[in-house]
Amino acid sequence: MSSLVSDKPKAEPARTYDGPPDYRVVGQHGMYPHLSHDEISRFNFLAHMNRHLSTQIMPGVKEAFDARVEPKFAAANGRGFKDRHEVRKALLKDSLFQWWSALRRATMETRQQAGRWVTLRQADQLNAKAKALTEHDQRLKLNPDLPLPRYVEAIDHHCMPGSYHTELTDGDVTGPCNYDIGIFATTGGMLGRYNDGGGQAIAAWVKETLPDLKPKRILDIGAGLGHNVLPIAQAFPDAEVVAIDVGAPMLRYGLARAKTMGVDNISFVQGDVSDLSDLADESFDMIHSCMFLHETSYASMPKIFAETHRLLKPGGIVFHVEQPQYTPEMPLFEQAMRDWDAFYNNEPFWTKMHEVDLDSWMVSAGFARDKLMHSGVAAVVDPDVFPQAAKDTKQEDYGRKAAWHVVGAVK
Amino acid sequence: MSKIDPLALAGAKSKGKRPYFLETDVERLTNIVLVLAQELAVVRERTDTLERLLEQSGVLTRQEIETFTPTKQQADERGAWTQEYLARVFRVLQQEREALHTQEASSEEVADELAKV
Repeated sequence: MSSLVSDKPKAEPARTYDGPPDYRVVGQHGMYPHLSHDEISRFNFLAHMNRHLSTQIMPGVKEAFDARVEPKFAAANGRGFKDRHEVRKALLKDSLFQWWSALRRATMETRQQAGRWVTLRQADQLNAKAKALTEHDQRLKLNPDLPLPRYVEAIDHHCMPGSYHTELTDGDVTGPCNYDIGIFATTGGMLGRYNDGGGQAIAAWVKETLPDLKPKRILDIGAGLGHNVLPIAQAFPDAEVVAIDVGAPMLRYGLARAKTMGVDNISFVQGDVSDLSDLADESFDMIHSCMFLHETSYASMPKIFAETHRLLKPGGIVFHVEQPQYTPEMPLFEQAMRDWDAFYNNEPFWTKMHEVDLDSWMVSAGFARDKLMHSGVAAVVDPDVFPQAAKDTKQEDYGRKAAWHVVGAVK
Repeated sequence: MSKIDPLALAGAKSKGKRPYFLETDVERLTNIVLVLAQELAVVRERTDTLERLLEQSGVLTRQEIETFTPTKQQADERGAWTQEYLARVFRVLQQEREALHTQEASSEEVADELAKV
């Protein structure tokens, strides 16, 4: 028999696999939609695409920056870059940055389409399931008259059509469901089984940092569909947790999802966190946000900080989890790369939020400077199945790595 | 029937003017190619599932696939399919080549001509 291939199976794989797990490790809670074999394959492809972009193509952007973008700028201007905006504008003229950017944007849009297809084709079933789980449940408190903040209304964050608030039909939950099922693809599985690696990290951090804290009431501001507040509610099962968001579909889906996961101590309340006057002064022991401030605005941030100060009991703790701030120590190239999501992935406030001195804003809101705290956390996931951001040295997906800074204060 | 049409809505645009990094036509084509690459991965994964299930149920082994050698007739049939496939894919270049040797009026020009009284 003539054969170009060996007829013996290879004993050893050609290389050790290091990449995203198969999508089927994602947790199937009760609000999970049906995904076909091919729909799962799309998410597998997109997870790999994102990882390829961050590990194989993005390093080339830095190489191109060092080899030609920076020298060209210096030659033309007789000086180096003075800020991150100059760096970004120079990068925009470089072909590697252009191609990486074009593919990253295309991958994000393709991910949205893939997820929306899944949820929209079964919209009626999903919406009926959510209705059955949330109707007459006092823990869902919607306010249809709530005006949308400009920062939500102006643009659809991270290219998610309809953003957090749009309802295609009464009782719609397809938007948050799409968000939920697709985070795996955007992060290459970095956020764990229930996309809650951030919340798990927060819960572990609080227990380690403040072992004596026994919060009776916890407030999560900008909670979205509640994926990060669930582990916190589970870590403090005796606490009453309030999750606030501006988007009704998120809250509806969030309560339904939490119930199917057996988490019953969270209320999902529609509100604008710059004005929480319905909530009493000093009524919470712990207030936090997770990857939320960068989606607000200069106008709302002081109000948000002031509200957290008003709502916190003396001795209570507030903290915000975000990507690191742009400090003078951070190279301008890194700052420019981190700004990509601001300008090209519809996260407009990302750039400005990351340049402010959050400490001063906290102090202006009434917190004592000597009571401020800073820390760092990385997504906590099942290491047997999911990639661990804390140990991942192969990629620095500027702004998207599942490792964050914590800025907080004790009142 | 649901009021929500997934075909129309799944690919909806997100609010906010879209940035382009390449020449717009090149970037549009890049987006199309990316989705074709995605769908190829989908088909590849489905085939892989199929092979593994067939192997599990004892219908064939993947080793048999690896060592499969078509007979002369099978190889001819496969070669013919590949030729037809390539002819379809590169139709536009074939027609470009044919046009090199012609001097033809456009349909619009013929329309003008035929409308003359």
